[in-house]
Amino acid sequence: MSILLPKPTTRRGALRGLLGGTAVAVSLPFLDSFLTDNGKALAATGAPLPLRFGTWYWGLGHTPGHAIVPKRQTSEGIEFLQECKPLERVREHLNFYGGFNMPLDGRSNYTHFTGWVASRTGTAPSGNNDIPAPTLDLLISDVIGNNTRFRTLDMTAAGIPRENYSARSTNSRAAAEASPMSLYARVFGSEFVDPNKADFKPDARVMVRKSVLSAVGEQSKSLMTKISAADRVRLDEYFTSIRSLENQLDLQLQKPQPNLACSIPKSPAPDGDEQNMPQGLEVETVISNHRIMTQLAAMAVACNQTNVFNMVFSDNFSHMRMPGETYTHHLLTHEETVDKTLGYQPKAFWFNCRTMEAFATFVETFANIREGDGNLLDNTLIFAATETNYARVHSIDGVPIFTAGRAGGRVKTGLHVVGNGDPITRVGLTAMQAMGLSLDKWGTKSLQTSKTITEILA
Amino acid sequence: MTPHRILHRCAIVAVVGLGLAACEDPAPPIPGYEPSFRVLTESQYRNTIADVFGAQIVVGGSFDPLVRTNGLLAVGATSAHVTPSGLEQFDRRARSIAAQVIDDTNRRILIPCTPASETAADDACATQFFSQVGRLLYRRAVTPDEVTIPVAVAHAAAKDLGSFYEGIAAGLHGMLVSPAFLFAIDVTEPDPAAAGKPRLDGFTKASRLSFFLWNSSPDEPLLAAAEKGELHDPKGLTRQVERMLASPKLEAGMRAFFNDMLAFDDFAKIEKDTIIYPAFSAAVAESAREQTLRTIIDVAIAGEGDYRDLFTTRKTVMNGPLGRIYQVPVERPDGGWMPYEFPETGPRAGIVSHVSFAALYSHPGRSSPTLRGRAIRESLLCQKVPDPPGDVDFSLFNDPNSPNKTARERLTAHSTVATCAGCHKLTDPIGLALEKIDGAGQMRTTENGAPIDTAGDLDGVPYADAAGLGRAMRDNPAAPSCLVNRMYSYASGQAPTKAERDYLAFLEKSFASDGYRIPRLLRKIALSDALFAVSDQPVRSAGVASSKDDKS
Repeated sequence: MSILLPKPTTRRGALRGLLGGTAVAVSLPFLDSFLTDNGKALAATGAPLPLRFGTWYWGLGHTPGHAIVPKRQTSEGIEFLQECKPLERVREHLNFYGGFNMPLDGRSNYTHFTGWVASRTGTAPSGNNDIPAPTLDLLISDVIGNNTRFRTLDMTAAGIPRENYSARSTNSRAAAEASPMSLYARVFGSEFVDPNKADFKPDARVMVRKSVLSAVGEQSKSLMTKISAADRVRLDEYFTSIRSLENQLDLQLQKPQPNLACSIPKSPAPDGDEQNMPQGLEVETVISNHRIMTQLAAMAVACNQTNVFNMVFSDNFSHMRMPGETYTHHLLTHEETVDKTLGYQPKAFWFNCRTMEAFATFVETFANIREGDGNLLDNTLIFAATETNYARVHSIDGVPIFTAGRAGGRVKTGLHVVGNGDPITRVGLTAMQAMGLSLDKWGTKSLQTSKTITEILA
Repeated sequence: MTPHRILHRCAIVAVVGLGLAACEDPAPPIPGYEPSFRVLTESQYRNTIADVFGAQIVVGGSFDPLVRTNGLLAVGATSAHVTPSGLEQFDRRARSIAAQVIDDTNRRILIPCTPASETAADDACATQFFSQVGRLLYRRAVTPDEVTIPVAVAHAAAKDLGSFYEGIAAGLHGMLVSPAFLFAIDVTEPDPAAAGKPRLDGFTKASRLSFFLWNSSPDEPLLAAAEKGELHDPKGLTRQVERMLASPKLEAGMRAFFNDMLAFDDFAKIEKDTIIYPAFSAAVAESAREQTLRTIIDVAIAGEGDYRDLFTTRKTVMNGPLGRIYQVPVERPDGGWMPYEFPETGPRAGIVSHVSFAALYSHPGRSSPTLRGRAIRESLLCQKVPDPPGDVDFSLFNDPNSPNKTARERLTAHSTVATCAGCHKLTDPIGLALEKIDGAGQMRTTENGAPIDTAGDLDGVPYADAAGLGRAMRDNPAAPSCLVNRMYSYASGQAPTKAERDYLAFLEKSFASDGYRIPRLLRKIALSDALFAVSDQPVRSAGVASSKDDKS
């Protein structure tokens, strides 16, 4: 129990506030007394701490032989080589997955595209725009994303909104928030309700908004009977989106689930002028924006605004660059000569190292937020992947994947998982199962698998 | 009498309603498409809001990305979904627009009546507002429910919030997130001229014309013509098309088309290294895009010139930011534009030598003959360049002691590998012709101290420099053929199928006969049966949003 609690509060008193009608006054802010003794659940409702899922994307893979020491079999202990040294400081939170393959059954390897599509959807694309199935984050959000303000929160430090590696299909792909300020405004702007605020009064404007959307939904249903099957799917997604928005508003009309981990961040642009903030793909700008967006994302999770999030650090053709350098990260991976002494492309390698530093920052930020008797990352699973193994030759077998977090105690960490040529979809299948999806298999053709990676399950 | 004069007379005959049959072969029939719906593109949404409520209304937020299909985002809109995140953005945008419409300044202009009390509902005034606005937003006659429901929403909201105008904002919010507004929905009706067959109803025809020519929703005269059935009649249709072609809104429509065809939406992500290209800035990028669009409008739309001249014209416009890149003094201290002509003997001629093309299809710190060549093949000649093979090993070209100083020398190394050579020979000769224009669009004569050789050939036609490439493109039959394909595809919202080959060939021939004049091509498509052809599907009822339809 928190030492800040002035006197014991009762569950009855808190519930009276929660159920008391439109003008709700809860006598005390949420504190650790709301957690059960083991710190895993909220005492007031008996509900477990929410389970969260996130993805972290980086472009252009890594440098084989200079990132992670390969292993023959799955075991504890990941050996980080120079490129991945920044991950040493978060090793306790990580698993590494190496040696998984991406069989394409004769389909082309659409460079820098096939890799992320296959590992996130379980199906190899048949064209360089084709997203043949929903990405795993959306399947997970269908299960754990319904009771938060945002079903998913998509963001990118790479500055290109359309480069969001979350999609339900080719033609159903949301734009990512591409600046810290736009992300802040969306999550913590005027519509944000502090979950730990003592007083709660449902906003009449939110009730009006809900009635507006209800009327739109009802009024438009007749459309469904008058269109082709293909268009019906499209319209159905529209109505699903309307319902999703209505659910968001429902949540805003209830006293939010408090969470002590929530600490409302300040605006990234104190003067409110985004123009004064650095923009672009110069590497230090990307890293700075990523750091700010990571803090916002972690607080969006801690403040129960979303249970599913997607962060892009660099896009699949990583356009990051160094000042004064004529070659971008992507061009360097193809054009830079391998230094025979070092055994790698020095500048491309440097970008990869900076990328792993950024991933360590991402993991660390979640791990540093206390929640229950552990931290936010303990109740989260982060799926961090890229689209290629060695960008120089566009290889897609052995694409490296990390997971971070313990998924509410369901996943063990500190393991190096060896794929032995199994389809890479085993990682996604296991992640979805850990998130509570009732799946016994996932993927299509040679990417289909029913083999859970049982070694990581607690 | 010149051939053009004769054809012009034919056009005049067509205007008075006697048709073109006497002047040229009839258009081959096409099977038509199944009725569908398109999501409004970002620019269509913005233009519609500006047309209905005024340009002072700020439209913010991001839009779900569209998939470029047949070279056009506008075609991708026909298959696009609205994601939960996208709808959230539409919702936020709708509330912002509604709040602006009812603010102290705008309400006096945009709301056609004064409520009995500002603190209570006024159904009569609300009905008047939603009847007028609903027609413009939904692009058709509204059903009774489509007015009574927002009025009821406004009534309840006015009561809860104690404000008539807040109630209006709530009702308008609902209209702006309704599928009737966000989607351009094809509605069919029985065709009286062909028993048992459907045709697009008048309002759908109006929307199709309006988004094609103006990239915006129909205005009231066009809706009125649709309502009276005039768009089913050649005379009525011609009257509206001529009005639309003469409207200042045609320029906005054609800017949208070329912005899409040239993939200028990518300017949103253009970035140059400020150390390598210190003269390049956000202002240069925006000006570069604007320069090319203005040149296209001046030469090919307002000037009704030959489309192919866009590849050779030295006439353009210039402003201050661009002057620094082109090394041209600009005598417009107000930051405006002035007419400019590239020197007759210089290497710059045609839009592909503009800063826009050079900078957009380059890397942040260097030019790219391959990107430029691919863009010209795909965007301007409609030729698909295959993707690079997945397993190419570039280390073959990465000799640390390489003497290769120029892009030509480096790319020549690629041509020694069979898997690379096939595609690079499609792209590189074109791109190398532009190599004296660097990655920011500035002229240069050397690269790494070595002279740049810009000679090459386009499909067998040799040239010495960028201006020569422009002439080769002007004379390449693929260029006007591509424009016809994209224009028709843009108008119909579909990627043409094999069944439309004959029709496209007809349009190409007609375009050539008309001296490659775009306004004439626009007229031809807008007046064609093909634009409104619909496949033999069950008739989709009008009044799609009426709740009464649910019960029937």
